[in-house]
Amino acid sequence: MQNPYLPYPVRIDEIITETEDKSLKTFKFVFLNPGDEEKFAYESGQFGELSIPGLGEIPIGIASSPMEKGFIKFTVFKTGKVTSYLHAMREGDIMGVRGPLGHPFPWKTLEGKNIVIIGGGFAFTTLRSSIVSILDPANRSKFKDIHVIYGARTPGMLLYKEELKAWAARDDIHMNITVDGTNDPDWKYLKGFVPTITGEKAPPGAEDTYAIICGPPVMIKFTQPVLDKLGYSHDNIIMSLENRMKCGIGICGRCNIGKDFVCKDGPVFTLSQLNAMPKEY
Amino acid sequence: MTLIKIDHQSWIDGIKKAKAAYRVFGPVKEKKDHEFKLLDEDRMPDLDCQNTRMSPKAIIYPQSQIMFNYSLDESKDDCRIMKEVENVSSPQAIIGIRPCDALAFPIVRRNFDTPEYQDTYWVKAYEATTFVGLACSSACGTCFCTSAGTGPFGEEGLDVLMVADGDGFYANPLTEKGRAFVKTAGWTGKADSNAAEKIEQMKTAAEASVTSSVATDRLHDKTILELYNAPFWEQDAFACINCGTCTYICPTCWCFDVQDEISGKSGVRMRNWDSCMSPLFTLHASGHNPRPQKHERLRQRFMHKLKYYVDKYDNGIQCVGCGRCIRLCPVNIDIRSICNKMNNFDANACVCKVTSA
Repeated sequence: MQNPYLPYPVRIDEIITETEDKSLKTFKFVFLNPGDEEKFAYESGQFGELSIPGLGEIPIGIASSPMEKGFIKFTVFKTGKVTSYLHAMREGDIMGVRGPLGHPFPWKTLEGKNIVIIGGGFAFTTLRSSIVSILDPANRSKFKDIHVIYGARTPGMLLYKEELKAWAARDDIHMNITVDGTNDPDWKYLKGFVPTITGEKAPPGAEDTYAIICGPPVMIKFTQPVLDKLGYSHDNIIMSLENRMKCGIGICGRCNIGKDFVCKDGPVFTLSQLNAMPKEY
Repeated sequence: MTLIKIDHQSWIDGIKKAKAAYRVFGPVKEKKDHEFKLLDEDRMPDLDCQNTRMSPKAIIYPQSQIMFNYSLDESKDDCRIMKEVENVSSPQAIIGIRPCDALAFPIVRRNFDTPEYQDTYWVKAYEATTFVGLACSSACGTCFCTSAGTGPFGEEGLDVLMVADGDGFYANPLTEKGRAFVKTAGWTGKADSNAAEKIEQMKTAAEASVTSSVATDRLHDKTILELYNAPFWEQDAFACINCGTCTYICPTCWCFDVQDEISGKSGVRMRNWDSCMSPLFTLHASGHNPRPQKHERLRQRFMHKLKYYVDKYDNGIQCVGCGRCIRLCPVNIDIRSICNKMNNFDANACVCKVTSA
């Protein structure tokens, strides 16, 4: 019987400060034990529990893509006890990772479809994983048009800036990078809130067009009516929830909403599913 | 059915013999109340009680349980590497567990032992346990087991069902585990031919003594949101002080927290029973709380037991009718009336529009 609470030991291989306010850092981990990376086989949209002995565990979406081998990456916002400690850790430090946990985005369903990826603020981590997977030469032909709408408060608050630039230069993905506002004269992308940009840039709803949305509640609240207006069916709107979690495997009861556990039955749900659930997230 | 008759002396001898092969738990009087305890060599279970104040869930699922330990000493090679604590469960037996409390384990098992994940701590302890139950001869006023999936002579979850008879017992071994226990205890006396009939009469009388009930037949047919949005929650939660007693004493409440504790250069990761009655249970690090109000937390507890569990497993309610939460609630919240209210609720019956001025 395998103990599902036992984390894999990992070493912090690299720490990248992502945003100008230094509140977001990306941690690249390598597994200490050979074979653990294979056991951690994941798909974009899943999450892991980052485990710091002495502090506790935090559920964080996986920011790396399964197409990237030899490491896993998580981008973490400094907010509570464990994340604050993690932000003070150094390259070379040892900690743990448990997972992969939860359901990924429904990749089988998404094959052969148009995908609109809508993200805001720091909820762009599993979306980064998704974009890297989709753009991989082995995968790109499996999907039709890919649109991305990604916004942050300022240019300095965008995650993965170099990758965004590289994706914007490609012709097989429609990148719409936006900021709420900026005085930077060299800013060459969009200005405006994510819901507004979605209304202007997202393709109309269709049976073979799916939207994946991750962002702060206020962004989701105002983006949803925009997608309704564009004609998206609620079965075609895919969202990823966050709730306080502990076990990550549907046992401890903490993230329970209706008959589902966000950790095990989610975190990915369609809007249709969410409409039938209490709004306890 | 091979009924066994255990007279007083062989009862005493049998428990002694069982203790050589099992860790034997049973109810004993501690201060004012009966509680399940590990019985040392000289102590006999005291079955002269209605039921224990706490359910025996802690025998399988301790209130606080260490899962891992680790070193934080940088000079050690295994610094910050989690290690599983020894998790070997030796055979144990719970003597005198009541049918309601016994049914709680199969109910909770659906959560801890799933096709995808096995909670190794719970599963190992459960598998190592033999449940030697005692039928109830008469019910408390708060018992409603007969409408909650079991009864005073209920067998589900038990390995042996004992029925008190004078200063001895009849015993009915129900499973392989139960037969092994009876053999170890050396209980071989065959019951007389009229014993089965006698037990049947006692069972009928005991069932008749359960006078309260819940209706659950229509819970499944309503949608989650119909019940969630029902108008009675705020009123029913008015007196609730979110003390958490109901979750603590409930045999089927299983939620837990995971915490790290360090002392000097070593630490442990442990799990502790937790309660959905606490606002901290769902509080996000951001400060957002999906269930900030007490009526939302009370609703969560009842919805989980009486609707979410029903929908998820299609195997009845997550309640065994032991009545502890009714007896111990400081403000007299009664799961029976809430369950009946939910079962009878008709979302379409009240179509009057509530408008604000």
